[in-house]
Amino acid sequence: MAQTKPMPHADVFEPWKDPKAEPLIRFRNVTKRFGDFTAIDDLTIDIYEREFFALLGPSGCGKTTIMRMLAGFETPTEGVIELGGRDIANVPPNLRPVNMMFQSYALFPHLSVYDNIAFGLKRSDMPKSEIAGRVEEMLRLTRLEKFAKRKPHMISGGQRQRVALARSLAKAPKLLLLDEPLGALDKKLREETQFELMDIQETTGTTFVIVTHDQEEAMTVASRVAVMDHGKIKQVDTPANIYEAPNSVYVADFIGDVNLIRGTAENLGGGSYRIDVGEDSRAIDVSECDAEIATGTPVTFAIRPEKILVTKEPPEDRANALEGTIIDIGYLGNLSTYHVELPGGQMVKAAMTNSSRISRRAFTWEDKVWLSFRASAGVVLTE
Amino acid sequence: MKRLAVILLPYSWLVALFLVPFVIVVKISLSDTELAIPPYTPTLDFSQGWEGLKSFFAALDFENFVFLSTDDLYWKAYLSSLKIALISTFAALLVAYPLAYGMARAPVEWRPTLMMLVILPFWSSFLIRVYSWKAILANEGLLNQFLLWIGVIDSPLTILNTPTAVYIGIVYTYLPFMVLPLYSALEKLDGSLLEAAEDLGCTRFQAFWLVTFPLSRNGIIAGCFLVFIPVMGEFVIPALLGGSQTLMIGKVLWEEFFSNRDWPVASAVAVILLALLVVPIVLFQRNEEKQREAEG
Ligand SMILES: Nc1ncnc2c1ncn2[C@@H]1O[C@H](COP(=O)(O)OP(=O)(O)OP(=O)(O)O)[C@@H](O)[C@H]1O
Ligand SMILES: [Mg+2]
Repeated sequence: MAQTKPMPHADVFEPWKDPKAEPLIRFRNVTKRFGDFTAIDDLTIDIYEREFFALLGPSGCGKTTIMRMLAGFETPTEGVIELGGRDIANVPPNLRPVNMMFQSYALFPHLSVYDNIAFGLKRSDMPKSEIAGRVEEMLRLTRLEKFAKRKPHMISGGQRQRVALARSLAKAPKLLLLDEPLGALDKKLREETQFELMDIQETTGTTFVIVTHDQEEAMTVASRVAVMDHGKIKQVDTPANIYEAPNSVYVADFIGDVNLIRGTAENLGGGSYRIDVGEDSRAIDVSECDAEIATGTPVTFAIRPEKILVTKEPPEDRANALEGTIIDIGYLGNLSTYHVELPGGQMVKAAMTNSSRISRRAFTWEDKVWLSFRASAGVVLTE
Repeated sequence: MKRLAVILLPYSWLVALFLVPFVIVVKISLSDTELAIPPYTPTLDFSQGWEGLKSFFAALDFENFVFLSTDDLYWKAYLSSLKIALISTFAALLVAYPLAYGMARAPVEWRPTLMMLVILPFWSSFLIRVYSWKAILANEGLLNQFLLWIGVIDSPLTILNTPTAVYIGIVYTYLPFMVLPLYSALEKLDGSLLEAAEDLGCTRFQAFWLVTFPLSRNGIIAGCFLVFIPVMGEFVIPALLGGSQTLMIGKVLWEEFFSNRDWPVASAVAVILLALLVVPIVLFQRNEEKQREAEG
């Protein structure tokens, strides 16, 4: 029997790891100022063709500004933006192979849904006979067939958002900028549209840059995520790495739930550390840490709630076990979260899946429990 | 009860200020001229009772309207007014659009000042402003002196007492009525719509033509009616700037009233003018209503 060799990583899409790959978009030391306010601060990133690049960050951190510079509505104060290896500073918006879905939708109020979607196609060199078919396709995709004849003020907010999405998708541009494309949709429709977007991306090879406030969305669709703060990019990485290996307290805290425990590092060598978290508590052992941290450095130990096991008795096979008191229990359906107070007053959140339907209330308020986790379960952060 | 009062108030206003005077004018237009005070018969005399009322109505006839249709001076004046109103409305639109566009694009803190500048002329007498155009347009006026001085022309241009002077006067006088509705339409325009249009492949000009222009349509319509309707009846400007060459129905009306003292014919002229203007006025109201519906 012939054996097929397993080909690991054969179809893994990771152009950013390939030094020969040419990025589609390249921001080189781009700074954007409005008056004396710096909206984008010395930004350098590469985004590759066929990527689904998500921008994540708090309100006002400059996500829309990045999009607007790519679309051509703002020019960088300093630095260069390249698209396909060419500086695009002097290319006007209408000549860029870029379409943008506006955060405010910007639908033409005097045109019907149909004409809004057809607007860009009519400006392109697409033959007239094909336009109708393309618009129908977009209407079907966004479930707007019934509303084709209506004006934007006669449809709901979510429907408007879909019109804006359909309009930007219609021209199948090389680069598609989506500024919070799905925020107004209900969960089900949002998930369907997410998969639809990934499908479109697969079939057309379009590069997507998407702004979202929904982390789950970023995690689902993105090839890479950039976490931003005050005009700076804090970390660019795959969703898994952003989640499991954040490079700073800011990123760890911004993405998902996390316990942050302050302490002082003791370097044991070989990527192992012991973190002294104060008088009242046992030190935490950490292994497989990439960063080199000198002994005595103040650090933050970050661990996700679902990595922590809650038990009545101290477990024997785990590197770390801390005793505490349950202060609060939250039931979320698929899982329960336990807020446990450690002797020093530090609160730790632990999440456990509710694997059986009728919960055998293992713990209740004020119970003494043990929190345990592996040495590799958390990360040590200096920033 | 309260609703009745709410309805009654505007209606009594309408009745007092429009319907009553209009009925009086219609009545005069059906009377005959007489050298008396007032200069027409019959007059309503209630002391005669029922008989008096009967003879009063018997004395009314359409003679004046028949007269108007036989003398071609009148319908020529109507047509000429219509032509002047149409051309000057269009000219006012051409001048006002860039003005309003510039105002709507100006930095926000400038806009009240610019608006003020547009309204400012209303603060001085309309007559004085039209008179000063005489000083500007006359053969030895400011405009000719200036043109002679910079050497564009060798001999003065005759502008005053020609239709051109009337057009200039009308466009100048009615410009604010065109600028204001245009400005309010253009100012409401969301700038991101133009960005969206450019993003979808429009040049700046196409974006203007496909987005800005259609979205200012209501302002254009409102402005055109606000200029067209009063210009149809205009008489001061043609009287002061147009000389004897310009025929306008407003001027004819004025002459019938004050030079000929023929109140019945003058009233008939006014009634027909009003009947002609009812059409654009109704259209204007329709447009306003539609706009309100679209916005509300
Ligand atoms: N035209 C402008 N003039 C002055 N400041 C501006 C301008 N446009 C954006 N800013 C500022 O730049 C910063 C970044 O704005 P931006 O719209 O990119 O934020 P964002 O990350 O998209 O936020 P949100 O998530 O709320 O949409 C904000 O503080 C904003 O006030
Ligand atoms: Mg934004």
